[in-house]
Amino acid sequence: MSTRKRILLAASLLLATTATVSLAETPHLGKPLDEAAIANWDISILPDGTGLPKGSGTSAQGAIIFAEKCSACHGDNARGGAAAALVDDRKLAGISASQKTIKNFWPYVTTIFDFIRRAMPFTAPRSLSDDEVYALTAYILAENKLIDANDTMNAETLPKVKMPNRDNFIIRFPDRI
Amino acid sequence: MNKSADRIAGKCDAGKQTLEAVAGNGLIDRRALLGRGVIVAGAMGAGLAPSAAGAEPLTDGPWSLEIGEATPPYQLRSKFEAKVVRTLSNPDNEPRNSHARTPHHLLEGTTTPNGLHFTINHGGIPAIDPDKHRLVIHGLVKQPLEFSLETLSRYPQVSRVTFLECGGNSAPMFSPEPMQETVQALHGLVSCAEWTGVKLSTLLEEAGIDPKAKWLVAEGADSPHLSRSVPVKKALDDAMIALYQNGERLMPGNGYPMRLLLPGYEGNMNVKFLRRIKVVEQPAMSMYESRTYSQLLPDGKAYRFYFLQEVKSFITSPSHGMALKGPGLYEISGIAYSGAGRIEKVMVSADGGKSWAQAALQDPVLSKAFTRFRMPWRWDGGPATLQSRAWDEAGNVQPTRAEFVAVRGELTKPPPVLAFPNQHYNSITSWGVATNGEVKHVYA
Repeated sequence: MSTRKRILLAASLLLATTATVSLAETPHLGKPLDEAAIANWDISILPDGTGLPKGSGTSAQGAIIFAEKCSACHGDNARGGAAAALVDDRKLAGISASQKTIKNFWPYVTTIFDFIRRAMPFTAPRSLSDDEVYALTAYILAENKLIDANDTMNAETLPKVKMPNRDNFIIRFPDRI
Repeated sequence: MNKSADRIAGKCDAGKQTLEAVAGNGLIDRRALLGRGVIVAGAMGAGLAPSAAGAEPLTDGPWSLEIGEATPPYQLRSKFEAKVVRTLSNPDNEPRNSHARTPHHLLEGTTTPNGLHFTINHGGIPAIDPDKHRLVIHGLVKQPLEFSLETLSRYPQVSRVTFLECGGNSAPMFSPEPMQETVQALHGLVSCAEWTGVKLSTLLEEAGIDPKAKWLVAEGADSPHLSRSVPVKKALDDAMIALYQNGERLMPGNGYPMRLLLPGYEGNMNVKFLRRIKVVEQPAMSMYESRTYSQLLPDGKAYRFYFLQEVKSFITSPSHGMALKGPGLYEISGIAYSGAGRIEKVMVSADGGKSWAQAALQDPVLSKAFTRFRMPWRWDGGPATLQSRAWDEAGNVQPTRAEFVAVRGELTKPPPVLAFPNQHYNSITSWGVATNGEVKHVYA
């Protein structure tokens, strides 16, 4: 290789390196935060229980809270009203989403806790304490006979509840994950 | 006479004044649309022109005789266009979700005007102060970061035209009988806009994404704190934080001041009012992914993580509710799109799928964007069944309804038209034209 070619090669390698670096370059205007500052917003819960907060609740406690804060929409004893029934024994039949119930369809118990905590009550989201969310989750599970009436739900016990329909799903496009 | 004129004129039937038929029931070569308008007019017009004798003399309207209205700082469309509106599922904001559907049958081209872009909101539309809104990226990253609208505006901006479609769009097509509804009611939960913002990969790189990371959990600042899990694979591909919609800031119902944009993926995943992205190893199985947008199949199992809005097309004109005013030349026009890439071709039938002809695609044909197709059609006044069928560049083809139902099933009775108890319908839509010119929704 001639000296001239070597110089060109070295130059092009240098250019390539520079280009790679500049691709990753950003204005770096993100303000550093620590997880403690994010804690109030960090309400993500994963199906293995990661993210579940401290606290606990029972079905008996949940029944009282439900009557006060939930039954106006979800009906007495969670049997349905303007909003969906949360306690329902029907089996899946047909392909309409109207057939889906917590008991016959929801695959992960953590989703119940997560959705109540982030979105309910509809008119006052994030107003429930974590104890109240555990109690309401316990109430829905007990009324659906998915746990015993006296079981206490907390960060340890909740993720151990296996939902009946958990293994009935097909990943539509596995190569996109 | 030039070659193209030769070709068309040579195949014209001079007696009936028809152009080259390319498929049954009056479909005409699409090339008649491409720069050969004069020839078409000549061929179509000869012997058909109405008499000019006895026409009323032209007069001036009052608007031509007086000074017009003042110019507003933000202009709105003509008051005569007031009927071109979205249809609403929940106009009184009752405590449930709220949908607004795009009136495709009253629009043209490929860009959905911002005021007519479809929206679905699950707890009303939040009135977010853009100066106080924050986006946090945390979890499996070297350094959690917080961004404001102002800081994001300093990052390199990218624009892309892309459609957004609700996973539940076209749900009435699962009905066992064709629902007598407009294209707006059937397919109004899809729209297309130019979105501008910051590539999500730029922000993830800045935060230092951990190689263990497989998923992001995205969350909105709306009252349900709507949350969806997104594969890192998509986040590092073509995802962006959208700040602008057709050149102006996002509409409030479309996620103001910022939203996640995942071109080609189910609308609900494109989290609006985006305030938090947590980088994790496993999906959160949020309610919307593990329940709502998991699609029941006839055998009782369900699809999870459907993500993709598959190749689809529908004719917007003529379409249900319109009436053709007598035999003659019409343009069949519609929209095609695919979450897997560009539209490769669209075929059109006027005889319920017995014969097909290739439609003209209007430029530009962009990946994961609306593509407008057009097909000249001479209606002879007889019954006709109009259909369109699209192919994308990845080789996917829009299924017939029979093929689709064989795999995905159908409902036992018609669903409420404003509900979407099923998702991801992408098969063919058929419009029946009766001898009186009325156009109705049919299955064919």
